[in-house]
Amino acid sequence: MTSPQTDLTAATAGGAGADDTAEAPAATQAAGAVQAGAGGTWQALRRDVGAMLGLGYIVLVTLVAIFAPVLTSISGWTPYEFDQTAIDPNLGGMPIGPWGGMGAEHWLGVEPGSGRDIFARIVYGARVSMSIALSATLLTTVLGVSLGLLAGYFGGRVDLVVSRVMDFLMAFPALIFMIAVLSALPASNRSTLLVVVISVFGWPYLARVVRGQTMSLAQREFVEAARAAGASGARIVFREILPNLRSTIIVMSTLAVPGFIGTEAGLSFLGVGVVPPAPSWGQMIAASVKWYAVDPAYFLVPGMCLFLLVLAFTVLGDRLRAVVDAQEGR
Amino acid sequence: MPRFLLTRVSSGLMVLLLVCLFTYLVFFALSPDPAVQICGKNCTPELIDQIRGNLGLDQPFWTQFFLFVVGIFAGRTYGDGAGAVECAAPCLGYSFQSSQAVWDMIVQRLPVSATVAIGAAVLWLLAGLVGGLLSAVKEGTFLDRFTTGLTLTSMSIPNYVLALVLQYVLVVQLQWLPFPQAVRFADDPVQWFLNFVMPWMVLAIGYAAAYTRLTRANVLDVLRENYVRTAYAKGLPQSLVWRRHALRPALTPIVTIFGMDFAGLLGGALITETVFGINGVGKMAADSIARNDQPVIMGVTLLAGFLVVVGNMVVDVVYTAIDPRVRVNA
Repeated sequence: MTSPQTDLTAATAGGAGADDTAEAPAATQAAGAVQAGAGGTWQALRRDVGAMLGLGYIVLVTLVAIFAPVLTSISGWTPYEFDQTAIDPNLGGMPIGPWGGMGAEHWLGVEPGSGRDIFARIVYGARVSMSIALSATLLTTVLGVSLGLLAGYFGGRVDLVVSRVMDFLMAFPALIFMIAVLSALPASNRSTLLVVVISVFGWPYLARVVRGQTMSLAQREFVEAARAAGASGARIVFREILPNLRSTIIVMSTLAVPGFIGTEAGLSFLGVGVVPPAPSWGQMIAASVKWYAVDPAYFLVPGMCLFLLVLAFTVLGDRLRAVVDAQEGR
Repeated sequence: MPRFLLTRVSSGLMVLLLVCLFTYLVFFALSPDPAVQICGKNCTPELIDQIRGNLGLDQPFWTQFFLFVVGIFAGRTYGDGAGAVECAAPCLGYSFQSSQAVWDMIVQRLPVSATVAIGAAVLWLLAGLVGGLLSAVKEGTFLDRFTTGLTLTSMSIPNYVLALVLQYVLVVQLQWLPFPQAVRFADDPVQWFLNFVMPWMVLAIGYAAAYTRLTRANVLDVLRENYVRTAYAKGLPQSLVWRRHALRPALTPIVTIFGMDFAGLLGGALITETVFGINGVGKMAADSIARNDQPVIMGVTLLAGFLVVVGNMVVDVVYTAIDPRVRVNA
């Protein structure tokens, strides 16, 4: 159920909640297998304040990530520039001014010790968080859906192998293993590695639900009709079954994103994620641990950004699920 | 029953063996030569060869792996002749850094991790069950919506951010808690207890939120069952319906998840222990990863896997005891 590893589970938006409840729509949906139009979902979602706020923040962070170079050229500091005039060497490198040196020159203050601009690092850090989390979601979804479909539709030996692999991966102490692998591998291309490692341990949660639904969909009349009409296995799986899984896949993928954002930040926090000096929110928070008592703004800024992004995806996913459930007559 | 237990134990052992093999494989393939690492300064090629011979690193992969597995059950002897070192039964090798036996290191730190895990578990079970039941009873009211919002928020706070916020607010600003200090329970029980308050809270909050949601969803599901309606129709008072008919089936799934979560935490809360400087298994793992101390990482990974597998088995046994529906096919 839960990814049973260490406390990263709690850190990454409670994997428990996301997984368990996902079983419920699985059952009802397979029974119903009615496709509500995407338009209806959007209409219902648009009336939900929480979902819209979440979506708004996600769009904002995405835009910030895309236009990072433009934004930093307006603010005037790149994420790698040291500003010795913004820190006080007599106070051990504390930022000059209240709230960690926030002001017209440095919008969100500067890092104590180095004087690097926090706004620039946040903006570029958003690129890291978003690109890693979204790529991991994409890869997890592709893996989870295709393996789940394979196991559910073909059954037999295929199902046995896929299910065993899933059981194994879910019982595996994934966090420790991820950290160990990442620390042992050369640091040249950490972002890609992070995506691969997160996805390898992430797909079984989606695949399990897809497999269950596929098994029950495969028994339905419309699949039988397609088979009688001479459709090939691939055609049945992709044209007949897959469209019926659409809402499940969208809901589960949305709910997986916050977990991946948290995992990336957590791994960077532990020093095995994105390699410095490339900025990442988790890494910024890790660097702020030494300064938390004297410069709280230093951990509050990246901490807030990270928390709000995770919250935004969690709320959006949660509301999306509620809407989909309601449409399928729950 | 014995046959059921036998399958469980053998599949659990399989998972452990695979965890072992994968971790070993990763280190075998990826790690820099440990002999060079141990040898340190003033090293000669002859010395490296000697260390390799003593640790069995000159053997082919499968021999090394076999010796490692045998060592866990029967102990093993490193080197030969006068310099031989006897490693007693649960032999996980020796730390490259401190030359301590890995098993002893784990045994030393496990009580600390257990203290962290037990305290947190008590907190999150209480909060989760009470919160979930309350919002199920008051479904749709303000309290219910408030709880739902609160759980989404708590699930989204990365626990290292929460750790820093708590430390800043409770220790630095309000001074309600003393600064964490390493003390023995016997010397200063009050300080000892207060040291654990923040880690407990930080670990518990994410799980508490997940358990609240799960409890609420399960209770609401059960209350829609036909047999609950029948119980009401028979004229049973509400309190009796809840106690006899609703709570038991609603709470059994929580046992499953609790077993896995708790077992996972026993194997070390990496981030929380690191942030608060608690000398448990998790911090040991984080430290040894930073120093590439392969035997210790192996040991902790195996321990975590072992705890999850044992946790699953215990859950299965407990499940058959509390859920009569499972007993029949067992």
